[in-house]
This record gives sequence, structure tokens and C-alpha cells, in this order.
Amino acid sequence: MSGAGPREAIFPTRMNLTVTKGRMKGAQTGHSLLAKKRDALTQRFRQILKKVDEAKRLMGRVLQLASFSLAEVTYTAGDIGYQVQESVRKASYTVKAKQENVSGVVLPAFEGVRSKDASDFAMTGLSRGGQQIQKCRDTYVKAVGTLVELASLQTAFTILDEVIRATNRRVNAIEHVIIPKLDNTIKYINSELDEMDREEFFRLKKVQGKKKRDAEKANEVRKKQKEKEEDEGEEGGEKDSRDEGLKGGAEGGADMLGEKDEDVIF
Amino acid sequence: MEALGFNMDAGFLEGVVRGYKGGLLTTANYHNLTQCENLEDFRMQLASTDYGNFLANEPLPLSTSTIADKATEKLVSEFHYLRTNAVEPLATFMDYITYAYMIDNVILLTLGTLHERDTHELLERCHPLGVFDTMPALCVATNVEELYHSVLVETPLAPYFRDCLSAQDLDDLNIEIIRNSLYKAYLEDFHAFCQTLPSPTNEIMSRILAFEADRRTLNITINSFGTELSKDQRARLFPTIGRLYPEGNNALARAEEIEQVVAAVEHISEYKAFFDKAGATGGGGGGSGGAGEGEASSLEDEFFKYDVELNKLSFLQQFQYAVFYSFVKLKEQEVRNLTWIAECIAQDAKDRVDDYIPVF
Repeated sequence: MSGAGPREAIFPTRMNLTVTKGRMKGAQTGHSLLAKKRDALTQRFRQILKKVDEAKRLMGRVLQLASFSLAEVTYTAGDIGYQVQESVRKASYTVKAKQENVSGVVLPAFEGVRSKDASDFAMTGLSRGGQQIQKCRDTYVKAVGTLVELASLQTAFTILDEVIRATNRRVNAIEHVIIPKLDNTIKYINSELDEMDREEFFRLKKVQGKKKRDAEKANEVRKKQKEKEEDEGEEGGEKDSRDEGLKGGAEGGADMLGEKDEDVIF
Repeated sequence: MEALGFNMDAGFLEGVVRGYKGGLLTTANYHNLTQCENLEDFRMQLASTDYGNFLANEPLPLSTSTIADKATEKLVSEFHYLRTNAVEPLATFMDYITYAYMIDNVILLTLGTLHERDTHELLERCHPLGVFDTMPALCVATNVEELYHSVLVETPLAPYFRDCLSAQDLDDLNIEIIRNSLYKAYLEDFHAFCQTLPSPTNEIMSRILAFEADRRTLNITINSFGTELSKDQRARLFPTIGRLYPEGNNALARAEEIEQVVAAVEHISEYKAFFDKAGATGGGGGGSGGAGEGEASSLEDEFFKYDVELNKLSFLQQFQYAVFYSFVKLKEQEVRNLTWIAECIAQDAKDRVDDYIPVF
């Protein structure tokens, strides 16, 4: 009975049918919501992809510039690496993490902050190349800024990718597994219920036919009795009419039940 | 008079140094170098010059720092050859040349000591010209006081240290100030020493050193704009020699922006020309901050050019010691040029490759 495909193992009752129909409705709503979410995320994903591409190109250029400005510094001021390393006491460039919500997905967004008192090695190269060093520092700050931006995009990219995959999986699962299953279950329950209806109808008919037969029989018996009583005399007629008025229905029912027990066949 | 006895002591070395000078790269060499596509070509081109096969044993991905190191090594070996053959007073003169590098090395080591770094690895970073016998002993010293009392006292730098600082001053905030005070003391001392040498050494050297001093003064002034260096401190870092001293120095000590610096050097036509040229190449337009920056960066180039010019001039006279100083400086510039060109080739920045300063 419409068992083509998997269905849930439940009894085909009317209550289960209601429950399953409710679930079916839920699944459809969920499916459309998730599909919307997936579309939103994909759109965002595309945007980010574009931005990542741009940021990467920019990073290439900026880093090239930065390393070239370092070459300029080396040209004028010599090797300053060590002095700079030693005179740094705290980070002048810090990264702040924020959160951004894109259709229920929390994306981290990084923001570079350059502290105001970033003059730890302002004196480096005082006698030679100081300007170049400052310029180089500014270029590198920009480069780091680009890197931070790229990092934030890249993280969002990975997270979104994962979320999109998960959502896709869910959408597909709902579409291809859950909904057909519920559908099958509903069909199954419906067909079972129909079957039961037909059986019931048949049974009732049977019962009706039997009842009719019994009633005819009883009528005949009564008729015969009446005739007999009429033959016997008037008193019997009186007695009979009294019987019918008070206990006739109950007696008849009892009779019918008793008889029915004997020839229940089906 | 000097010419009479000069060749007895220094004639050979002067000959050698002039020979070395002949080995400096020429404009044609530089031109060939700038045409190179990669560092391999660069090495090939250098092989045909005085540098020979100095990079022959290097593993293949050549780095610009290797080139710089090797070129410096060559300079150092030439210098040491001259130094070992020198007699007084040339020997002292050449020692004085190394003091500048010693100052840098000592500052480097002091910085390392302050931060309790492994000073042995610092030794590798020291400039080889500034290496002195007791320098490794600096690594033994664990604090600055000890460093001064046990090591620095014995070095030729001790008088400079004594004059300009006490042990309390040695923290990293003013390590740059210390470096510049030392350098100031060194320049003055060197200048004084040169004055004891017979003419024409003293004339040429005082010209070169005066420019060096002025360059430092100007640079310190320009670079200290916007830093926490007070004007008093700044004034104390200015060497008291040079053509800007005293009234120029005073004006610079009070200067707050680049215009005042320009005004202060107004009366020296050469220096004024630097600012004019630097201003012209710096674009001149835009905001005052941007213009000032562009100005200062090419100002360095102008300084380098003039420095090279002065050093070249010293080769025009014979029987004097300034050629030794000039040779070292020119060679240093050459190493810088090589590094620059190599860097430009490595970073594929061909449009800037011509910014080197040709020596000959």
C-alpha cells in the first residue's frame, strides 16, 4: 500500500496524520527559509570573494612598495633593524576584533588601530635617514593595515564557506529526504485509513443485512405467535399488547443478541 | 715642505690607495649594472670589474644583503691592508676613521646589554671596520655601569663617553642622543687631530669634516621636528665645527620648521642649493607636510652627492692623508650604490634604479 520509498514508522491513525501534516508544513517552511538564508549568504560570499581578490592585489602592491621603502632606508641609514627592534616597547599597531551578523552567521571583523603615542623609535636615524625611516614606517603601517583587512576578509570567507556548505546540506536534506519521507508517510496513512474505511463500511453493511434478516425472522415468529394467540383467545391478545408496551423492545434486543452470537460468521 | 718627506712613510700606501681608487666602479660599469635583468647578471657584470669573483662562492639565490656584506668585506680587507702598513701619524689618522664605526658598534652592544640580549649574536651585526680588540669583552659586561668601567674606559672612545654622559643616562630613551653626542665629540676630536697634521691634509680634512658636521646638524634639526627631542638637547648634539657654526647652529637650534632651516643656511650658497634642488625635485606642491617630506628625502641624496664630490676633490692633491679617508667614504658609497641597484633589480623597480650616486 503506497510503500514506494521510505516512510516513518508510525501507526496509521488520524492523530498521526495530523501530526505528520504539521511536520510536513514545518519542513516546507524551513526549506524555504533555509533556501533564502543560503541565497543571502551566497550573495555575501560573492561580495567577499571580490573584496578578497582586490585586497590581495592591493597587498601585493603595498608590500612591494613597503619593501622598497625599506631598501631606501637601508641605502641612506644603513641597517636599522636592530635599533628598531630594541627600541620598541609595546605594540603601536593593534588589532581589534568586532562581530558582524550576516543572516545569523557571526563573522569576525578585524580592525587595525594605530596607537597615538607611536613614536617609540622616532629618534632612530636622527643623524641620517630619519625621514626615510618615518616614511618607511608609515608605508609598513599601511601594509599591515591591508594585511589586517585581508585577514578579516579571509576569515569571513572561510566561515561563510563552511556555513554555506552546512546550509546547503540542510536544504538538500530537507528537499530530498525529509519532505519525500513525510510525503510518503502521509500517503501511507491516508491509504491505510481509506482501507480501514472500506472495511468498516463493508462490516456495517454486513451487520445491516444480518439485522434485516433477523428482524424478518422475528417478525415471522411474532406473526405466527399472534395468529396462535388470536386462535387461543382475546386475553392472550391483551397480554401481548402489554408486553410490547413495557418490555417488548428489551426482550427483542436480548433475543437478537443471543441469536447473533450463534451465527456470527465473518 | 710635507712633500719632501711624505713618500718616505706614506708614499707606498698613497700609491696603493690611488690604485684602489682606480678600481672603483665607473659610470660605464654602473650603466651596465643597471641594465641587468636579475642578480645573476649583476654578479656577471661585477666579475669583470675590480670586484672579481667576490660572489663566486655564494649559494645561488643571491640576496642583496649578501652582496652588501661581501662588498663591505672587500672594503674592510683593503682598509686593513692599508692600516697594517701605515706608520704614524697615518696610523692614528686611519684609527680615527674607524672610531665612527666603533661608536655605532658600541651603541649597538649597549642597546643589546640594556635589553639583556645575547650579545654574541650582536657581535655579528657589528660593522667590521669598527671592531676593536676589547669589543668581545663588551659581551661579558652584564650591566651598563660595568660596561663603561671595565671595557669602554680602555677604548679610544672613553674620552667621548666621559664628556657626554654618565651611567645614569644610559637608558634606551636617549640612546640616539648618546650616539649623536658621541659622534659630535668624535667629529670635534677628529677635526682637532687633523689640524695637527701638516698642510694640505688639514685643509682638505677640515673641509670634509665641516661638511659632515653640517650635514649632521641639518639632519638632526630636520629629523627632530615632531619628536620629543627638546631644542636644548638638540642644540647640544650639534658639532661645534663646520661652516654653520656658530650662528647657523644657533638659528637651527631655534628652528621649528623647514623654512627656518632654509633661512638658517641661506648664507652658504652650497647648502642653499641643496634645499633649492631638493625642493625642485620634491615636487614642491601639495600640503606643507608632504612637501617637507619629499624635500628631506631627496635632501639626503643631495648630501650624498656633495659628500662624494668633496671626497673626489681630495684625490686631486698629493702628499696628504685625506685620500685615505676619502677612499673609505667613496667605497662606502659604492657599496651603498651596489646594494641599491641590486635591491632595485631584485624588487623589479627599474624606474628608481638610476637614483644611485655615481662616484667616477
